[in-house]
Amino acid sequence: MQHDLSNKYGDVKSIIHGIDPRIKTLSLIFFIFLVVSTPADEGSRFSTYFLLISSVVILSRVPLSFVFRRSLTVIPFVLLVFLSLPFIQGGEVMASYDLRFLQLNVTHRGLETLIGVFAKSYLSVLSMIVLTSTTPFPRLIRGFESLKMPKIMVLTISFMCRYMTVLVDETMRMKRARDLRSSGGNRRWHIETVGDIIGNLFIRSYGRGERIYNAMLSRGFTGSIKTLDDFKIRALDGIFAAFFIAAAVVVRFI
Amino acid sequence: MEEIISIKNLSYGYPGGTVALNDVSLDILRGESIALLGPNGAGKSTLLLHLNGVLSGKGSIEVFGRNIREKKRSELIKEIGVVFQHPDDQLFMPTIFDDVAFGPINMGLDRGEVERRVSSALEKVGLSGYENRYPHQLSLGEKKKAALATILSMDPEIIVLDEPTANLDPKSRRDLVGVMRDLKERGKTVIISTHDVSLVPGLADRVYVLDRKIIAEGTPKEIFLNTELLKKANLEIPPITYLFEVLSCFGYNCSSLPLSMDEAVKYLTDSIETEGGHIHLHLHEHTHEDLRRLKEKYGHH
Repeated sequence: MQHDLSNKYGDVKSIIHGIDPRIKTLSLIFFIFLVVSTPADEGSRFSTYFLLISSVVILSRVPLSFVFRRSLTVIPFVLLVFLSLPFIQGGEVMASYDLRFLQLNVTHRGLETLIGVFAKSYLSVLSMIVLTSTTPFPRLIRGFESLKMPKIMVLTISFMCRYMTVLVDETMRMKRARDLRSSGGNRRWHIETVGDIIGNLFIRSYGRGERIYNAMLSRGFTGSIKTLDDFKIRALDGIFAAFFIAAAVVVRFI
Repeated sequence: MEEIISIKNLSYGYPGGTVALNDVSLDILRGESIALLGPNGAGKSTLLLHLNGVLSGKGSIEVFGRNIREKKRSELIKEIGVVFQHPDDQLFMPTIFDDVAFGPINMGLDRGEVERRVSSALEKVGLSGYENRYPHQLSLGEKKKAALATILSMDPEIIVLDEPTANLDPKSRRDLVGVMRDLKERGKTVIISTHDVSLVPGLADRVYVLDRKIIAEGTPKEIFLNTELLKKANLEIPPITYLFEVLSCFGYNCSSLPLSMDEAVKYLTDSIETEGGHIHLHLHEHTHEDLRRLKEKYGHH
């Protein structure tokens, strides 16, 4: 079956794709750190950050439409903040709504915080999109590993990316089998079968986990997964990191 | 020849009370290829999981003359490699290279040796150049081959395959049979569990029929020409053998039935040569009666 879970642009050739995943991860996390620590009222800094990360996106040759579509995932998370923030903070009142039992005041500071939160989350998501769409998963995982990320997290991510497609296939098959046998029925019954499918998926995954563990034991697994580490930091990696971090620091502090 | 595996009185019950194996004893010699034949749920996979110590039931299993309970797993996996039935369970790493390298790296081999083994294992199964592919991009046939490669890279003396040809298309099936023949020719001990009867004659030297306990043991010929046994174990004879039995109802005279296409060609050639350039088939009044009895014999109605 076909799905869009694979890393479509992971194998494009570009300067950004070629950067050592560890350098890339560290630089981008540092960038996020700077972005998040920027005071919310300094709007111009956020636009400069945006220019900086956008130039990385352009260098990576990943289609802009793809990056934009992915970046939309941030919307639901920001939405909640979006709706509440303008009202809850004290300060100069800009507009006031009188609902029967509640007086809502939109404040200047509230609005500023809102823009700040939006800019920060959007920029962070954008930098993670750059990281994940320019690095093939296996390299990314190995990068995390050699950055001493806790073993259990590395394994979890690794198995997730391996078995996501298998599980999606399994779910699709069960859904299809249900649909082929349910032309009528009421809504309640349909919802109940979703519960059954979830339960079934859980049990199947449990069995699969057991079998995978057996397969791992049969090939000498003793608690840690070892791979051939073929990372070498080259001059280009250093140059990228130096430029990117320097630019971000300049934007943050000057 | 030297006994490489010796199982004595092995019994195993799954939690919940299902008895999967009941007093199983068998011996396998070095360089032999063995088919473990039995219907679904006969305990074939359970038996195979005992061989590399994943499960451990009552009874004793000796590999290379020593009880596997006394062996470290690191020692055992160098001797026995098990290829599981479902390749998605066997291929758990992000790329094919990582997966095939998993065993050799755990064996503590150095980098050059690991790389050499990965490329040689992939070459043996016909998947050279697949190093950077992701498992979900592969077809089932390719996944099965890759799963076999993950074991070949560890170069064990004994290779165990659980249902190697299940659900495969004809080409992938042929390819895999070819790889298994190669292993046999290179002197590996190969153990195959299957209910695919046409796989057995060309590959196995000896057959164990399993249905929770060992029902029979013998050469493919001894097993497949024993109708009572086949019926009892819910197995069939290979289609080519059945065809020749049908031919004998039409008066074709053969002293022994062929089990594979190669054998059939040989037998036909022999009988044409001895009977002066042709074979003779005819329709007698007893032909229909013979055919009916033949159908009954194999449970076709």
